[in-house]
Amino acid sequence: MLGAAHPETVGPLVLVPEVSQHEIRVEQGFTGADLLLYGAILTPEGQPVAGDYDVVVVVEGPPRAVVVREKRQVAGMWINAASSSFRSAPGFYAVASSRPVAGIVDSRTAAIYELGLDWLQLSPIGSIDPVRQQRFARGLVDHMQRMGLYHEDPGAVSISHQVLYQARITLPSSVPIGDYTAETFAISKGRVLASGLTRIRVDKQGFARFIADRAEHAGLAYGLCAVALSIAMGWIAGRLFARV
Amino acid sequence: MDVYLPIANLAVNGFVIVGLGALTGVLSGMFGVGGGFLTTPLLIFYGVPPTVAAASAASQVTGASVSGALAHARRGGIDYHIGAVLVVGGVIGTGLGALLFRLLQALGQIDTAINLLYVIMLGSIGSLMAVESIGAVRARHTGRAQPARRRRHHPLVASLPLRWRFYRSGLYISPLAPLLLGMFTGILTMLMGIGGGFILVPAMLYILGMGVNVVVGTSLFQILFVTMATTMMHALTTRAVDLVLASLLLVGSVLGAQLGAGLAQKAKPDVLRLVLALIVLGVALRMALGLGWRPDEIFTVVSL
Repeated sequence: MLGAAHPETVGPLVLVPEVSQHEIRVEQGFTGADLLLYGAILTPEGQPVAGDYDVVVVVEGPPRAVVVREKRQVAGMWINAASSSFRSAPGFYAVASSRPVAGIVDSRTAAIYELGLDWLQLSPIGSIDPVRQQRFARGLVDHMQRMGLYHEDPGAVSISHQVLYQARITLPSSVPIGDYTAETFAISKGRVLASGLTRIRVDKQGFARFIADRAEHAGLAYGLCAVALSIAMGWIAGRLFARV
Repeated sequence: MDVYLPIANLAVNGFVIVGLGALTGVLSGMFGVGGGFLTTPLLIFYGVPPTVAAASAASQVTGASVSGALAHARRGGIDYHIGAVLVVGGVIGTGLGALLFRLLQALGQIDTAINLLYVIMLGSIGSLMAVESIGAVRARHTGRAQPARRRRHHPLVASLPLRWRFYRSGLYISPLAPLLLGMFTGILTMLMGIGGGFILVPAMLYILGMGVNVVVGTSLFQILFVTMATTMMHALTTRAVDLVLASLLLVGSVLGAQLGAGLAQKAKPDVLRLVLALIVLGVALRMALGLGWRPDEIFTVVSL
């Protein structure tokens, strides 16, 4: 928790974050999930906060190393020409805020807390040319936004009675599995007054987990199973219809 | 009906996938091709990762070719001798294909390579088929009989060392020729998720010079075993076979195949070939446009 003691601003606050689901089960029929992030923000005395403040919620999925490839036109065809690697691109990243982040904090603070797609720390590998790095980082963010895995949603946080906040963040069916963090910031006059962290686990369950697990760890049996299935279905169909 | 594909990591509409399987099944029933050349690109357009699409389409082709191969086996339309050589070549080809797949993936060129292969293979074979079937349709209309083609294998085949007798095909040729042909289609099966029937059949007719009565059966026999090998190869290397996706495709395609077989009996064979040629050319054209047009996405992201 961060405090800022300025008489004219809101003092140090207590932020109690909660999330609708701590575990998201990716199982048969999973089409994505709606996460409800909510909580209370109070003064240390347990009173509603007197001044105005904003809330920013950041949900971040497991980081992974990625290669970003850029297509160029070569001999009339668009093919992958240049590439750049990043050590830690989150598999999912969503920012919800009570109004556009640019109006809540300055760019320095936004960069420190990674409040927004422009401020993601992706740790590039290799190339040190900042212009090139930025081009590829933009490309990565753009690609992930198209996949529905990165998004920014200014206005998605509502604050009621200066005490309770709530935000809804949508996870598409293609979310990577792993450990997620949801971090909530209460911000006033450009200063982070309180923050709170909750964790969410996204995991395959039941049949989906069984299939993915077999495919990964028992390739031989899994492949034989796929072959047997296709032969059986082809043969049965041939049999059924040959008699009709 | 929402279905979560555990390997593709994606929710899809199950009916769409079954319908897609049925569409390719109708084609396979009508034309005796596996239909993989249509399944893989359509799955990719639908958002399934290309590797998962190719790996899962292979098992659909297995299912589609089982009943056809059995039917041909019953009426003695398979040359097991040459078929075995083709299968051995095909299995070696899938192994080479897997290596090539990995190499191209590491270079970041796998998608371009697959697209190019589609354009080249489908474009050339589609054009040949179109020209040939237009000729046949015309000949039927003008009432002129087409000159009977002399059945002969290609001079290059004759120059290969070692000769075996393949009685049922009526051939005395080097086994290296069908072995190489099998290898070539095996590589394509691994890379493109196709059975390769539309390459095998003309190659068997015009390059090996096999008898017409055993060509389709033997090609189905080879496709059956090589797609099985491909599924195994993907299960062991790329781990991209999605059993749920494959099952949905299979349900559609085995049912569609029966429907297609019924339709095929009502249509004229040269018209059927022309329709198939147009479909093949359509897919090739779509792929070519995809390569030439500026894509929506210049950047792509892959896990290291």
